[in-house]
Amino acid sequence: MAIENQFDYVKVKNLDEVFGVFQHYKNPVILAGGTDLVEFLKTGVVQPDVVIDIKGLDFLKDIRLGNNILWIGAGVTFSELIESEIINEHFPIIAEMSKTVASVGIRNRATMVGNICSAVPCTDSGPILSVYKATVITVGMLGERKIPIEQWFVASRKTALAKHEIVKGISIQLPDKKHAGCFTKLKRYKGEDLAQVNLAILAFDDYSFRISFGAVAPTPVRAMRIERLLNRMKLVPELVEKAQQLVEDDITPITDIRATKEYRMHMAKVMLERGLNAALDRLNGGGPAYGQSVI
Amino acid sequence: MKKEISFLLNGERRTIDVSSSEILLEVLRDRLGLNSPKCGCDRGDCGTCSVMINGKTVRSCLILAIEVEDQEVVTLEGIMHNGLTPLQESFLKHNSFQCGFCAPGIILSTTELLAKNPHPNKIEIQEAIAGNLCRCTGYSPIIDAVIDLVK
Repeated sequence: MAIENQFDYVKVKNLDEVFGVFQHYKNPVILAGGTDLVEFLKTGVVQPDVVIDIKGLDFLKDIRLGNNILWIGAGVTFSELIESEIINEHFPIIAEMSKTVASVGIRNRATMVGNICSAVPCTDSGPILSVYKATVITVGMLGERKIPIEQWFVASRKTALAKHEIVKGISIQLPDKKHAGCFTKLKRYKGEDLAQVNLAILAFDDYSFRISFGAVAPTPVRAMRIERLLNRMKLVPELVEKAQQLVEDDITPITDIRATKEYRMHMAKVMLERGLNAALDRLNGGGPAYGQSVI
Repeated sequence: MKKEISFLLNGERRTIDVSSSEILLEVLRDRLGLNSPKCGCDRGDCGTCSVMINGKTVRSCLILAIEVEDQEVVTLEGIMHNGLTPLQESFLKHNSFQCGFCAPGIILSTTELLAKNPHPNKIEIQEAIAGNLCRCTGYSPIIDAVIDLVK
């Protein structure tokens, strides 16, 4: 399929150039991996007058950890996250999630920042960033903004990014309490697929949890009521059952080509139980290896 | 917008005028005569348009041609300068492909895997070719051929 809409293309060498281009065009769009954008261009969902390619900005390729704060630049691909020692050692559920994104050929190109900028409801990065309470760093002509992840996702395909702003990267504070996690993604088949339901869990050694569902509402859903219920309690089957009942209050799945809302609701509960157990087992040094699906 | 871009294609420097809205797959097939990357789903799901950019497999249906300026692009043709590779010989021996439509993508994906990991296990092989859809042989002879090669 050819792209009908015509646009200019600029490969920028620095951020100032981005802002220069912003001033000359009405409807600019940023291109990083392009695995979503080119599809949007083909279908006409996005009709820019200029495409600004930021792949030449080497400083956006950083994955670094300093003062217990992780930085993931806007140019970092899912393949780079999977291969990163920093990620595997300190943030293994980011690697666990990245391995479930599409296929190698997409992950070699697609970026985590692009994933949250597309902000489709089934975003895999969303629930992970939600449990880590990540911050999205944007920059515009007036300077930088730090946007907490719970304010980032506004609606399906809508983010808090302002016009003439771009995302520089994502920062995540490494939790200081001992913790482990679990990312689980329900798909129609093994191999590449979009999520029917996904779920990120962080378990801390004081028996508190952070839990976030994806693909079951327009934006990722932090399950605060379940978190409060489980807080500092021993995870006995009766408690898990209560938590599963609360899932119905927290998520609003829809029926689409990938699953019915009833199936999504049912499986979200199953995933919650398995995910909580896996995260706790991992916290105690056992459990399935990171990357091994629990569903 | 038209622009003259220059890039390495299968080891040769090529220069071509492209419009900013042209897709890499279309330029490779229709204008540069390379027929190994194919158009299947045209949305990045099927893997048959796979090519390598700077050593990594990518979906050429989701890349603007103008993006590859100064990059190194390799198609299946580019890894066969000296005839079939040992990997391809193994696919041949195991009758891995029937219609062959998925073959270029699967060969490139596996080539990328073996460059990084010369002795992958079955799960790693499956993961590397996930996203390259084959509707003929059901994957088993494809995976067998790779296992046979690396054992």
